[in-house]
Amino acid sequence: MSRAFRFVPLLVLLAFVGFVAWRLAIPNDEKIRSRLTGQPVPAFSLAPATQGIAGLSSKDLGTGQPRLLNLFASWCVPCIAEAPLLDELKRQGIPIDAIAVRDRPEDVAAFLARHGNPFERIGSDRESRVQLSLGSSGVPETFIVDGKGIIRYQHMGPIEPGDIPNIRREWEQAR
Amino acid sequence: MRRWLVALVLVAAPVLADSNLPPARYANEQLPDPRQEAAAKALMEELRCLVCQGQSIADSDAELAGDMRAMVRQRIAAGEKPEAVRAWLVGRYGDWVSYRPPVEPMTWPLWAAPLVLLGVGAFLLRHRFRRRR
Repeated sequence: MSRAFRFVPLLVLLAFVGFVAWRLAIPNDEKIRSRLTGQPVPAFSLAPATQGIAGLSSKDLGTGQPRLLNLFASWCVPCIAEAPLLDELKRQGIPIDAIAVRDRPEDVAAFLARHGNPFERIGSDRESRVQLSLGSSGVPETFIVDGKGIIRYQHMGPIEPGDIPNIRREWEQAR
Repeated sequence: MRRWLVALVLVAAPVLADSNLPPARYANEQLPDPRQEAAAKALMEELRCLVCQGQSIADSDAELAGDMRAMVRQRIAAGEKPEAVRAWLVGRYGDWVSYRPPVEPMTWPLWAAPLVLLGVGAFLLRHRFRRRR
């Protein structure tokens, strides 16, 4: 075997170590984003998730001004952390609707009583059907739907204090 | 004090990250028609769970996987073709959601890999065969 070839295994090893070190330093983003961003909201119609608050259908979105569509659940712990930030967005004048995923009316009512209710409408998605049709892969998630009913932005996971300016900007841009 | 803390830890229950609702109809129940059930099962084994990303929805215990199984079975029971259900999901989650990669320029290396590796193997072994002669 020629002398140059002697170093091939070492080079392969170095390439492998380099690749592993790179992936450890910058882990792969495992978020599965919805392909519907830039597309119309799929048609749906959901019954009210709890007493006293209207249900949600796709016709309630795209009524001239952009709205936030929040997917949450009373059994979802990060949703509790997110609740005050949704209140803050509502206080800033951003209208928010919600879909309660796999939830019971009494649990939704208890969640809202405890953590506040920034939502104008809440639809009940008992078998995650609308969640799947939106291309969402968990709770909490927040979509921005513009005045024409086009999905413009998807935020995955709980909204954190640092996300507020970005969500506000995306909402302004959707106007 | 310390003993009490230990006792509290022992009786503490983990916080549940699951809903209080029962699984959807057909999440864990087979379709009455065995041919439709076979078609649904074959598709479920090739759809990836969105929560536990290394498993198919047929293998996963996640609630969202259960809801996906229910959706697959209900749609196939309603007469939809399995490939239409797969296309519906790919339209929402991308090729990622399907374990059957499409043949397209992006995936040509993947499909060519077995042939290329066979070629490399033959190249590496050619000296050996010559020596044995």
